[in-house]
Amino acid sequence: MTISARFVSQRGTFHLDVYFELPEQGISAVFGPSGCGKTSLLRAIAGLDRSTGHLRIGEETWQDESHFMPTHERALGYVFQEPSLFNHLTVDKNLTYGQSRIPAGSRKVSFDDVVELLGIGSLLGRSPATLSGGEQQRVAIARALMTSPRLLLMDEPLASLDYERKLEILPYIDALHRDLEMPVLYVSHDRDEVARLADHLLLMQAGHIVAAGAIADMLTRVDLPLVQGGEAEAIIEARVSGHDDEFQLTFLDSPAGSFTVTGRGVDVGADVRLRILAKDVSLTLVHQSDTSILNIFPAIIDDLVPEGAAQMTVRLLVGEAPILARITRKSADNLGLSPGMEIFAQMKSVALLA
Amino acid sequence: MIEADIVALLVTLKLALVSTMVLLILGTPLAWWLARSQWRFKFILETLVALPLVLPPTVLGFYLLVALSPTGPVGTLTNAIGLGSLAFSFSGLVVGSVIYSMPFVVQPLQDAFRSIGTRPLEVAATLRASPLDRFYSVVLPLAKPGFITAAALGFAHTLGEFGVVLMIGGNIPGETQVVSIAIYDHVEMLEYTRAHWLAGGLLMLSFVILALVYRHRGFRVSS
Amino acid sequence: MKTILLLFALFITPRVLGDELNVAIASNFSSVSPHMGELYFETTGHRAVFSYGSTGKLYAQIVNGAPFHVFLSADVARPELLEQNQIAINDSRFTYAIGQMVLWSPTIEFDSPEILSSEINHLAIANEKLAPYGKAAMQFLSRAGLWDSLQAKIVRGENVSQALLFVDSGAASIGLVSRSQVQFKGGNVYAVSSEMHTPIAQQAVLLIDTTAARAFLALLRSDAGRQVIQKYGYLVP
Repeated sequence: MTISARFVSQRGTFHLDVYFELPEQGISAVFGPSGCGKTSLLRAIAGLDRSTGHLRIGEETWQDESHFMPTHERALGYVFQEPSLFNHLTVDKNLTYGQSRIPAGSRKVSFDDVVELLGIGSLLGRSPATLSGGEQQRVAIARALMTSPRLLLMDEPLASLDYERKLEILPYIDALHRDLEMPVLYVSHDRDEVARLADHLLLMQAGHIVAAGAIADMLTRVDLPLVQGGEAEAIIEARVSGHDDEFQLTFLDSPAGSFTVTGRGVDVGADVRLRILAKDVSLTLVHQSDTSILNIFPAIIDDLVPEGAAQMTVRLLVGEAPILARITRKSADNLGLSPGMEIFAQMKSVALLA
Repeated sequence: MIEADIVALLVTLKLALVSTMVLLILGTPLAWWLARSQWRFKFILETLVALPLVLPPTVLGFYLLVALSPTGPVGTLTNAIGLGSLAFSFSGLVVGSVIYSMPFVVQPLQDAFRSIGTRPLEVAATLRASPLDRFYSVVLPLAKPGFITAAALGFAHTLGEFGVVLMIGGNIPGETQVVSIAIYDHVEMLEYTRAHWLAGGLLMLSFVILALVYRHRGFRVSS
Repeated sequence: MKTILLLFALFITPRVLGDELNVAIASNFSSVSPHMGELYFETTGHRAVFSYGSTGKLYAQIVNGAPFHVFLSADVARPELLEQNQIAINDSRFTYAIGQMVLWSPTIEFDSPEILSSEINHLAIANEKLAPYGKAAMQFLSRAGLWDSLQAKIVRGENVSQALLFVDSGAASIGLVSRSQVQFKGGNVYAVSSEMHTPIAQQAVLLIDTTAARAFLALLRSDAGRQVIQKYGYLVP
């Protein structure tokens, strides 16, 4: 089942022209610089802004040349950048607003489950004005879920929150993603959020979609701007396989091989994401054994691309997983690196995203 | 003849009530459209609505008299559909009051609607509320203070109406003789005591009504 | 800035040519007064400034100190009161005109007051509590036995001018107004017999004793003045 859309519209000087197909599951992040049209895209999908084109969610057509389904008939949930709770209703009335407007038979999401999922049980009788920004946004997310939507749209839901609040809410959004089966379209300009949450990525620029694909792939594509700059990274899905209690370590299995990370917080069997920054990966021609680095893997060089005047970004395949390494051009020269070469990747720091 | 004064008071209250209700019913969609429309000639309509603020009431009354008479444009219409002439009738006064008090009702409503903005409505749409549903469940509660202001101002303004009624009322006891005219007549006839009673009574009544309204004007969250 | 000051000075400088006279006139006399004013200027060189209103309103203003030199009322009662309260100059009161009331309609054809018993939408009169023509209308209608039956159709203007406006605009189809108001208009006129109501004797009084004021009152009694008054639909004593 897919989500298929095409939108063309002009608003003032901004021109939106997009076409994409996404799977009807998981979190798809819409990423790009400010003003590239991410919000416009979301609003077009919601039907809040009218544009020409088509939109199909699975077997339902929400828009085509002859027909435009108005927003209030679309089975979607929308979380805006500012919480936008109804000030004239208490929290629980805000939550039931949407739910009471869908037929009883379509109410698949239960009030209690959502309240527990977002941890807002203690807030129910309060007035929105008395809640903090983070609390308001959690209520807003819960409210959007209460209509049992087929598709959840989130427009930079964490942007109006400070760092602490963001950290507080991220786990909830992650939980959403795991516990509920609806696809989420998540707009963000924050790489951290995207790296943590996204399964798929839509990269936008100036009203167009530049590229789309699975997150691990997109982050390591050398033809995309994502590999440039200090934040270049790779994401690997892994599963916890064991622990070392003496040294407080966690072992994980992944398509790249077996990883060892510090810390012991996550249980065996849990699915997690590993995040490896390009600048934390160094390369050796020969497997080093007398080294402090625990995570060393054989790899094959896939591609090389210059980064600035002095550096180089190397795309490697470790097992089946793509990894990035950032080295100096001089080293690349010295080591005589070229595509197809067998090499060893040393990962100094691997972050476990739970 | 205190009875005549009480009758005048009742006519006045009835006029204010009916006019305010008519204005709320007509004014709400108008104010809503004015608050939301982007039409570049919208200012023409806004000017028309605001005109009674600056027109001397007697000017308004004069034109109304001419228009409502059987030979005038409105009069010929009302005659044709069997309503007779509206001049010198309570209904005619309602028409006059509605025009006279329109800006006092439409402007607060328009401001209240505008200050709500579009976001609450978009949110409501994503929560499956149809346009009419959004209006009742979101706009009206959020605009409640504006409605109360509009109703209070419209009511109070009509209570004090004089110039328009002078022109088109014909001073008919029980029908078009309102308190302002009665006070004026008492003064003319040097019946100052009665004028005092009537004027004082109206003042106190207006004060009490407005005070009650403003007391409940505040914004309360419903649970 | 200089221009503004100059203009301001011009506006507040009193006019030097001749004296100015402030005359309070009952509104029904408004058709006569411009011509009287012209005659006044021709004969005396003074200018008369007229303020119109219902007799009752003008009376109230005078009692409260309005600076009129002369008051031309539409009745006897008000000038009498002014004399009694010593606001008017003694022995200055006299009848300057006798009003004639007519039944008038620009649209309906009729010969007699019988028309009032048939289908008319409204009958306009001046408010009988405030205006002499209104009082006369009430007296006439009562003596003709029509006062009670017509109550539902009677509309009252604040003065006889407003009563005329009601009929003129078509809002009321017929009215009891003064002959002078409709003297030169078209439409149908029925002169109400002066036996049907107390004569509408219109009296004038002197309020502020000046040469110009006395001259005006004298003009009203002169042959030339009386001619003008009669020309515009009044009788003279």
